[in-house]
Order: sequence, then structure tokens, then C-alpha cells
Amino acid sequence: MQNVRYKILGGIKMSSNENNAPLISIKNLYKIFGKNEKKVLEEVKAGKSKEAILAETGHTVGLADINLDIYPGEIFVIMGLSGSGKSTLIRHFNRLIDPTAGEIVVAGDDVMQLNDKDLQNFRRQKMAMVFQRFGLMPHRTVLQNITYGLQVQGVAKKDREERGNEWLKTVGLDGYAKQYPGQLSGGQQQRVGLARALCTDADILLMDEAFSALDPLIRSEMQDQLIELQDKLHKTIVFITHDLDEALRIGDKIAILRDGLLIQQGTPVDILLNPIDDYVEAFVKDVNRARALTVETVMQPQICRISSENIGEAVAQMRKSKQEYGYVVNDDGYQGMITQETLENVEKSDYGNAITDELLEDVPSVQSDALLESVISDMLDNEHPLAVLNAEGEVEGHLSRTTLAEVLSDSNEESKDPDPQKE
Amino acid sequence: MSDKSWMSEIPQLDRQELRDFKKLLDGLFRDFSREYGDAIQSFFDPLLSTLIWFEKLLLSTPWWLVIAVLAAFSYAASRSFKLTISVAAAFVIIGYFGMWEDTMRTMSMIIVSTLLAILIGMPIGVAMARSNRVQSLVTPILDVMQTMPAFVYLIPVVMLLGIGKVPGVIAVIIYAIPPVIRLTNLGIRLVDKEVLEAATAYGASPMQRLFGVQIPLAMPTIMAGINQTIMMALAMVVIASMIGVKGLGQPVLQAISNQYFTQGLLNGLAIVALAIIFDRISQSYAKRTLQNFGGH
Repeated sequence: MQNVRYKILGGIKMSSNENNAPLISIKNLYKIFGKNEKKVLEEVKAGKSKEAILAETGHTVGLADINLDIYPGEIFVIMGLSGSGKSTLIRHFNRLIDPTAGEIVVAGDDVMQLNDKDLQNFRRQKMAMVFQRFGLMPHRTVLQNITYGLQVQGVAKKDREERGNEWLKTVGLDGYAKQYPGQLSGGQQQRVGLARALCTDADILLMDEAFSALDPLIRSEMQDQLIELQDKLHKTIVFITHDLDEALRIGDKIAILRDGLLIQQGTPVDILLNPIDDYVEAFVKDVNRARALTVETVMQPQICRISSENIGEAVAQMRKSKQEYGYVVNDDGYQGMITQETLENVEKSDYGNAITDELLEDVPSVQSDALLESVISDMLDNEHPLAVLNAEGEVEGHLSRTTLAEVLSDSNEESKDPDPQKE
Repeated sequence: MSDKSWMSEIPQLDRQELRDFKKLLDGLFRDFSREYGDAIQSFFDPLLSTLIWFEKLLLSTPWWLVIAVLAAFSYAASRSFKLTISVAAAFVIIGYFGMWEDTMRTMSMIIVSTLLAILIGMPIGVAMARSNRVQSLVTPILDVMQTMPAFVYLIPVVMLLGIGKVPGVIAVIIYAIPPVIRLTNLGIRLVDKEVLEAATAYGASPMQRLFGVQIPLAMPTIMAGINQTIMMALAMVVIASMIGVKGLGQPVLQAISNQYFTQGLLNGLAIVALAIIFDRISQSYAKRTLQNFGGH
């Protein structure tokens, strides 16, 4: 698990999505299991608890008041423990399960209004699904499985086999076309499942605990492959998992489900740094933050940037910013750090001189998208806060020992005092 | 009712009432068979001609060709030389002991009844798998069909259709059809839910699901049902011979009434041989369909 690399890009990616309309939009979705759903629905809406309803009516509340917006091109992870309703929820997207009440809009179409025929076409064109236990057909070969979606659509055999073989190659199963699923390992079977989903060219992928049945090594391999494919294909992926590590690794956005209620949704960083309640916090607690967070998400942005040519102006800039140190930047980029103390010791007559290397402290810089894990050793070697550079090499902020220690230590205090320095 | 005899003896209809009741039912059924007997008989005419045609076909084909076709068929189903050779040998021996014609007659009837049982039974099984209501309706009927002594339902069948091939086939089907129905139902219900869900999620229509997923995946179970149906059909041969079905059953029946030990034994063994052959062929076919599934 050396190369574990969580995909946390903070708010940047999100903001670009906010201009677009959501591709999938779910409003006030309720699902109640039992004979008299509609009647019980009123009681659920009135705010009765799940337990009370089960005890009084024998009905199970599967989902209650779910509201979700999923934007094109994002990986939206729905996370929850078993029994939280996540598998029920994903089956509402393509109406494998019909809701008791609520609205499901996909690409502007109200899925609830579709008749049987239209629903069939909707499933053929718009969505493809990957299942936890693969859901492959044991009597069909790998290639026949991959092309199942196309066969159902009535695509000619030659055409669909051509397309199927392409995807077979893409998922790395070249040469397995004639095998039966039973002859493949779990990881290979799920690759077939993935290829089958991609083969229909649907824009939306529904992945129901797709990697949960695989052992850890294969699972992270598959996660990498999914991320890699997603970089090329830009599908909209709804991903169900019970594993927060997985959610953080692949999700652009995470929604946490408990007992049929959506208790928090947001970016991975949001969830990690600001868990909304004890339940989410318990989830987040065991995450290795050093490996999950990037420098950017915890750095302090307010800094003194010294861009002057001579010492006199540098002193002025330093005073203005009321900081004890500043980061010296010139046309070549980041040069080093200079402290107030050093500047004050410079004779006034020398104020006209340029800032020389002797005056600078040798403080290393770190990239803003680096994992915290990778900056720990630099941090320990230097008592001064590290400069944080963005992709263009500009100084974006700084990262101090105290910030790092706070973030990496137990999250309890922090959630009560949600990170005042940030932003 | 002043005396307390009901305490010691179960209350019952007196003889006169009972006789009237029986007469009433008998009369009703007799009227029914007089009224509709001919119509029902003509309804079954195509079946009768099929039976006669198939029997004639088997009887008129040269013996070596029949054996060759059977051997080829068993090889195609099982891919086993051992089984193929045993099948050929068994038929040669049957012929050698003078039972060829009876065996062909029995075989033609078994094949037609089994095919009909599958043709009728599978759709019923599918309907049962799709709806719990149908299942709860059909199950008790199947229970009756399997436990009611065969002679009992032979009576109305004979009253309606007389004696001969058609009532024989109907009796065999009534007796032998429940396993196909039950195991088709079971097989389809046991199909992995996720696989079926996958088919639905990719937009398969109900028919595409049934023929593309449910029936193929239920096939091993359905084959077990078909196998049972064949076995039960063979078990009915002797009873069917009582209503005039020609074949291996008749010599057995004759042997019972005349105490011909050897004749009974030989014909009995021929039935056993047929049973084993059909069983092995259908089972090895089922096993081969299963092989693709597993692999684990």
C-alpha cells in the first residue's frame, strides 16, 4: 500500500462544477419497505423515528428525505455502513427499486414518469452498473458478458464484439474473451464487470460496492485503474462504499448515509476536517490524515511575501504585514525566508542594497498538492514554517509545525473548534 | 339425535344418502362425458396421430439405424464413449431377447409424453416462479397429482377417452409432470438475484431476462426435473398398459396374471435398461451444462 494516494483537491474542483446544472438530482426521496408504504410515509414525514415506526407498523424505513445533486464528470461517493441504505439508494437511480415518494431527475428527465418501455431504453442508454458480487452471467463467456448491454440493445454481433474486444483490452484482460467468468479470479471478474459497464457508452456509471469483495491489494489496483479511466473518459460515477479510505481516495464528493438519512455531504476535506457529528467523526478518526490530506488543505494563507529589490522596501513590507518573517520572491521564484530580526540588524545605510543570500534563512519549500506525510521530515528539520508553492511556483501560504501537529493529532478538539486559521 | 351414539361412533351419512350422493356425481360425470366426450376426443386427435406416426417411425426404421441414432444422440449429450457403447449394447440385448417392438412402442410413448410434459410443465413452472399467487395455487394441485393413486384418475380419463394411446399418454403426463413444474419453478427462483438485477439494469426486457438469463441459469435444476419426469413416465408404463397402451407394460401385466416369472423379469429388466439409459443421458447433459458455470 505504498502508493496510496488520496485524491483530494479541495474546493478548486468543486467550484468549477457549480456553474453547470446537476446531471442527477434527487429530491425528497423516501423509501419505506412494507405493505402500506404510503400510509406510513405520512408518519415518517411527521418525524417519527425509524425504531418507533418499525415497532408500531412493522415497516422499515429504508431512506428518508434524501436530497442529492450530482454534477457531470464527478465521482460521487455514497458512504455508509451496512444497513444504512446505500445499496437501496443507488438502485433508485435506475429504478431497480421504486421509491415510496420523491423525485429522481436525470439529465432533465423525470425518471419516475417513464413507462416500462421508456425505462428500459433509459437503462440501456443512460446508465451502466457494476455490482458488488460482479453480477456476471456464468453461462456466457467473458466477451459475451461484456457485450451484454449491446446485445440487449440489438447491436449486430460483429459490431458489438469489436467494441467488446476494445474494452477487454482497456481493462487488461486481453486473451480472456473465450473464458467463462467462473474461470477468472475475483479481480478479473470485476474487470469484466467494469468493461461491461463501459461498453454501453453510458454517461453515468453506478458502482455498488464494486471493489468491496476484492482483497486489499487488488482493490487498490482497481481504484487506480478507475481513476486512470476516469481521467480519460470523464463519466459521472456514483460510487457506493463502506470504506472511508476508498471514498477519500476516489471521491470528488462524499455523502454519508446513516440509517437511511443523509447526514453529511461535501468534499473529502470537508468531511475529514469538519465532521458534522460523532458518527462521522468515528468514521474519520481512523483515517491516516498524513496520507489523506494535502498541504494546501491545511496551510495558512496569510503570509508576508517580500518581492522588493532592496532591503529598505523589504523592511517596509515586513512592518506592514506585522509578521515576524517573510518569504522572499523574485522573478526566479521562491528564494528563501527572511526574519524580522535579520532585517532590523541591517544598517540603515545598507537599505539601498539588494537582498543577498547571506540574509536569507534556508527554508525549503513544499508543493501545495503534496501529502502531509511527505513534508513531515522537512518540517522536523526546520523550525521555521515552510513555504508552500503552487503548481506555478508561486508562494501560496505557509505551513507551521503547530498547524501540522494540530491536524495530525487527535481530531477531537478540532471538530469543536473548527480550524479558525483556515482561510 | 337424542341418543349419544355419536360419542362412540363417528357421525356418518346413512347408506341411502351415500348411495344417492355417489349416483349424483357419477351421473353428472357420465352426462358430462356423453356431452363432451366426442369433442374432447377430437381435441386430442392431433396427439393421437403424432403418437401413431412416431411409433410407426420407430418400428419401421431398421434396428441398426435406430441403435446408431440413439448412440449418436447419447454421445452428443454426454461426450462419453463408455455410455455410448453401453447404450448400443443394451438395445442389442433387448432385441436379442425378442423385446424390440415392445421396447420401441414404449420408447415412442415415453418420448412423446416427456416432450409434452416439458412443453406444458416449463411454462407452468415459469408462471409459478413469477407469481407467488400462482405458486400457492398450483402447488396443492401438484401434491394431488403426485399422491393420488394412478388408478383413481385413470377412471375418469378412460370414461372420457376410452382405452388406448391417448388416455395412456394423459395418465403418464399427469403422473410425471410435477417434477418438471416444481424444479423449473425452483430453478428460476434460485437464479442469483444480482445477475438478474444486472440484466434489468442493462435494460433487458422481461422476455430477454427469461430466455437470456433465467432459463439458462435454471437449466441444471430444470434438467434434474426433466430427468425425474422421464423416470416417473417409465414407472407408469405398466399401469398405462392396463388401459390398453401397448409396449413393455403389457407382457409384464400378462406375466403377473399368468405367473410367467421369466417373461415378467425380462420385460421388467428392459424397462430398467430404458430407464438407466434415459437417466444417464439426461444427467450427463445436465452435468455438461453445469460445467460452464462453475470453474471454481
